[in-house]
Amino acid sequence: MSHLSRRDVLAASLAGAAVGALAVRSLPSFAAEPAAPTAPTAPPAGPLVLAPLPYADTALAPVISQNTLSFHYGKHHKAYVDNGNKALAGSSLAQKSIPEILRATAGKPDQTAIYNNVGQAWNHDFYWKSMKAAGGGAPTGRMGDRLKADLGGYDAFRAVFTKAATGRFGSGWAWLVDTNGKLEIVDTPNADNPLTTDKKPLLVLDVWEHAYYLDYQNRRADYVGAWLDKLVNWEFAEANLG
Amino acid sequence: MSTVTTLSLPTLPYADTALAPVISANTLSFHYGKHHKAYVDNGNKLLAGTDLEGRSMEEIVKATYGKADKAGIFNNVAQVWNHDFYWLSMRPGGGGAPTGRIGELINSSFGGYDAFKTELTQAAMTQFGSGWAWLVSEGGKLKVTKTPNAENPLPHGQTPLLTIDVWEHAYYLDFQNRRADYVAAWLEKLVNWEFAEKNLG
Repeated sequence: MSHLSRRDVLAASLAGAAVGALAVRSLPSFAAEPAAPTAPTAPPAGPLVLAPLPYADTALAPVISQNTLSFHYGKHHKAYVDNGNKALAGSSLAQKSIPEILRATAGKPDQTAIYNNVGQAWNHDFYWKSMKAAGGGAPTGRMGDRLKADLGGYDAFRAVFTKAATGRFGSGWAWLVDTNGKLEIVDTPNADNPLTTDKKPLLVLDVWEHAYYLDYQNRRADYVGAWLDKLVNWEFAEANLG
Repeated sequence: MSTVTTLSLPTLPYADTALAPVISANTLSFHYGKHHKAYVDNGNKLLAGTDLEGRSMEEIVKATYGKADKAGIFNNVAQVWNHDFYWLSMRPGGGGAPTGRIGELINSSFGGYDAFKTELTQAAMTQFGSGWAWLVSEGGKLKVTKTPNAENPLPHGQTPLLTIDVWEHAYYLDFQNRRADYVAAWLEKLVNWEFAEKNLG
């Protein structure tokens, strides 16, 4: 209807007046506040944060080069954080925890932007922490005991983990998880992770090609082998046992 | 027992420097020389001694699609087929808007080349993880589709006309994370429209 009643016109002009009055009233308080951080360079507000790497970007070389990290952390991980925050903007999910967001959006075709970006932001955080300079090899202490008890020892773990990581077709992840008190190895496609299941993640290896292509090209097996021998952060895995 | 090997690695239909600078000889040395070759070798190993050995790739892809116990055969055979088709979908000095029969079909199906370009770019950009974007013919009309990992249009009853590989190994050495730049350069410089037109049948 194009006809406006007197009441409509009155309501509209009152609304306009109220907005104007509010704007005028709030000006002095804005002006009195200290200078805000420059808005154009601030990251989009949202629940996801690009945390600093837990080591220098040269610390994982030569297994993972600084060049790889500049793209993997600086471009891919950053894009998941930025796109995840964009996708969550204005959604009630933005107030939820990451596992809650993933459970609420898993398998829903209209929610893939949230699910994929939030999942990938979390997976990359966990991947960076799963590594350290001069890590790898067989663990001692509690993790060493658990590998023996649950998987038949480090060599058996290494063989099964390698098979999961090299056998994951396409893009994805290989995980060491604790399933109700027993260690297991699983692999997941694309952005999927164990947070939507009863499996507690302990360690993860990224086998998306972008994780290793600049350093190893098609030789995924060499990347997996070097990662196990030189980078695994067993202290992180043990801390995740709880 | 038959000793027929079903799959073979074809020679590239151009020099390995012909697609540069969009796709470098370095990328092709791995993409064709290692990835494609590995799919051929692994596919032949998996097919040896099965009742699928000696059948056409199209038949094998359709017969194994969606069967969990045949995933190894499906992945390797479909990837051989996809890569064969991808190499033929490109040529040096290609790309841009097509003319002739395929140009008319692009116009009538999408409303013009720019609309097709937008749709193919969207499909190639939103195929999350590894996969392919396709121009296909279905029921006399052209369509853009996308498929994950090794999947292709054959089991869906569509006729593939063109494909672009968006596995990261297709562009990572040349473009790193910038998939959009690879897709745009591929459309502008490499598309083999003569191949697409021939596939119309």
